[in-house]
Amino acid sequence: MKLVTAVIKPFKLDDVKDALKAIGVAGITVEEVRGFGRQGGHTETYRGAEYKIDFVPKVSLGIVVADEAVDGVVDAIVAAAATGKIGDGKIWVTDVERLVRIRTGEEGTDAI
Amino acid sequence: MRKRALRIVSGLGGVVAILAITPSVGFAQDYVPTTQDYLNNIWVFIAGVLVFFMQAGFALVEAGLTRAKNVVNIFAKNMTDAVVGILAFFATGWAFAFGEGGGWFIGTDNFFLTGLDLSAIPEGGLSPATSFFFQAVFAATAVTIASGAMAERTKFWSYVIFSAVMCAFIYPVIVHWTWGGGLIADIDINGAVFSDFAGSGIVHMTGGIAAFMGALFLGPRIGRYAEDGSPRAIPGHNIPFAILGVFILWVGWFGFNPGSELLADEFVSTIAVNTMLAAIAGGFVTAITITLVAGKPDLAMIGNGVLAGLVAITAPCGAVTPIMSVVIGAIAGALVVGSVLFFDKVRIDDPVGAISVHGVCGFWGLISVGLFATYDDAFLGREDAGLFYGGGIDQLLVQLLMAAIILVWVVVCTGILFGILKATIGLRVSREEEIQGLDVLEHGLQGYAPDMAHTS
Repeated sequence: MKLVTAVIKPFKLDDVKDALKAIGVAGITVEEVRGFGRQGGHTETYRGAEYKIDFVPKVSLGIVVADEAVDGVVDAIVAAAATGKIGDGKIWVTDVERLVRIRTGEEGTDAI
Repeated sequence: MRKRALRIVSGLGGVVAILAITPSVGFAQDYVPTTQDYLNNIWVFIAGVLVFFMQAGFALVEAGLTRAKNVVNIFAKNMTDAVVGILAFFATGWAFAFGEGGGWFIGTDNFFLTGLDLSAIPEGGLSPATSFFFQAVFAATAVTIASGAMAERTKFWSYVIFSAVMCAFIYPVIVHWTWGGGLIADIDINGAVFSDFAGSGIVHMTGGIAAFMGALFLGPRIGRYAEDGSPRAIPGHNIPFAILGVFILWVGWFGFNPGSELLADEFVSTIAVNTMLAAIAGGFVTAITITLVAGKPDLAMIGNGVLAGLVAITAPCGAVTPIMSVVIGAIAGALVVGSVLFFDKVRIDDPVGAISVHGVCGFWGLISVGLFATYDDAFLGREDAGLFYGGGIDQLLVQLLMAAIILVWVVVCTGILFGILKATIGLRVSREEEIQGLDVLEHGLQGYAPDMAHTS
C-alpha cells in the first residue's frame, strides 16, 4: 500500500476530489497548509514597512491506495490540478506499512 | 399627533427664518433654546451615533457571509463607505439634499456646510450640526448596502468611486425629493402625501436597487452557478461574525427609527417598540419559512429575516399599531426568503441578500404605510390613511408612485455609473485575483495570517 500526498492550489480541491471519486477512490484526508516551491512569495507593505509573504496557502491531500492503483491516482490528480501556471503543486508517494479500519478491525488492502 | 406636525413645521420654519436674517458667519442667535430644545438635539445626536455604529454591523454581516480570503477587502469597502461617503455628503450631498435655493430637483446652497450657523438651535428644531450629523450617517447607511451584493469580485477603487457618487449625488437627490421637500414631497393625491418615516424607501430601497445594479453589472462569482445554471452555495466563513453583525444592526436601528422622530418625546419609545416587534416577527417567520423550504433553521437566513423586519418597519414605524408591526415584520420575513431564492434562480449573485433585505423589503415597508397606517406620523397629516383602516387607495398610490420614481432614478443613475466604470477602469477583478482572494492583491494584507505565513 502507498500513501499519495499531493499539495495543490486550494481552488482545485473540488476538481481533484471529483476526479478521484470518478476512478473509485473511497477516502481522502485534506489539510490547509502553506508552502512555497519555485513559486516564491511576494513583497507587500504593512503600515509602511515591507514584508514578504513567502508561504502561500495550499491544500494537502493524503490518499492511501493499493500499489497497483498508484499510477492511476497520480495521473488523475495531475490532470485535475494542473493549470499550467506556476504554483500548481507537487505529488509524492511513500510506503504505508500497515493500515487498519477502526470500525471493523480490517487490515491491509481490505481497509482501503 | 398634530402637535408633532406643528413642531416639525415650525422647526423648519425657524431654521429658514434664522438663516434668512443672519449673515453667513457666526452671529449670536436671537432665540434662546429651552431644555426641551437641547434634549431634542442631544437625543438625535445620540441616535446618529447608534446609526453610525451600524457600519460595524454591516461590515460584520458581510464579512461573516463571505470567504476568509476576501475579509480585508470587505472591511475595506465598509470603511470606504463611511470615509468617502460621508466626505462626499459633506462636500455636496447635504447641499443637494437640504441646501437652500434650488427647486423641486435639487438644492443649490451650503456646499461644505458653508452659509450655516452650525450650532444655532431654532425653536422646536435641530441645529444644522445635529441635522447634518444625523443625515450624514443615514447617507453612509444607504451606500454601504451595496457592498454586500458586490462582495468578493469588485475592484476596490471602482467601489470607492461608486461610494462617492452615491453619497455626493444619487442619494441626496432622493432625499431632496422627499425629506427636503422636492419632487416626491409635492405629490398630492386627494390630500394624501408621501410617508417614509425613517427611510424604508429613501435609504433601504435605494441601497437595495443600487446593490441589484452592482450585482447585475458584475455578474456572479466564479463557481456560483453550475453549467446548468443551478446555484451552488458558497458558505460564509464566520457565522458568529454575521450574527453579531445582525445584533449590532438591530441595536443601531433603535437610533435609526426612534431618532427619526427628530424630537425627544413620548413617541420615541412607541417607535422603538414597533421596531423591536417587526424585527422579532421577521426573524421568527423566516426561521419557520426556511425550515419548511430547506429542512433546517438556517441561522444565516434567520439573520436576514430579522433585518428584513427592521427594514420593512422603517417607513411605517410612526403610523402603525404594535400588532400591525408584527404583521409587517412577519410578511417581510417570508418575503425575504422568497426573494433570495428568486434572485438565485435568475442568477443574480447576492452574497449577503442585500437586494432582498433592503430592496424588496424596503419596497414592502413603503407599501405597508399605504395599507396599515392608522396614526398620523407627522408626514401623513391625517389619521387612518391606510387602506385597511378606511383610508382608500390614495395613500397606497402615493407610496407606489414614490417607489416607482426612486426605482427609475436609481436604475438610471447607477446604470450610467456602473456602465462607465465597467467600460473604463473596469468593475470586476481579474479571474486569477478572484480565485486567489482579494486581500493580498488589492490591499497587500492577509485577514487571518498565521504568524508563520510571512517573514520580513
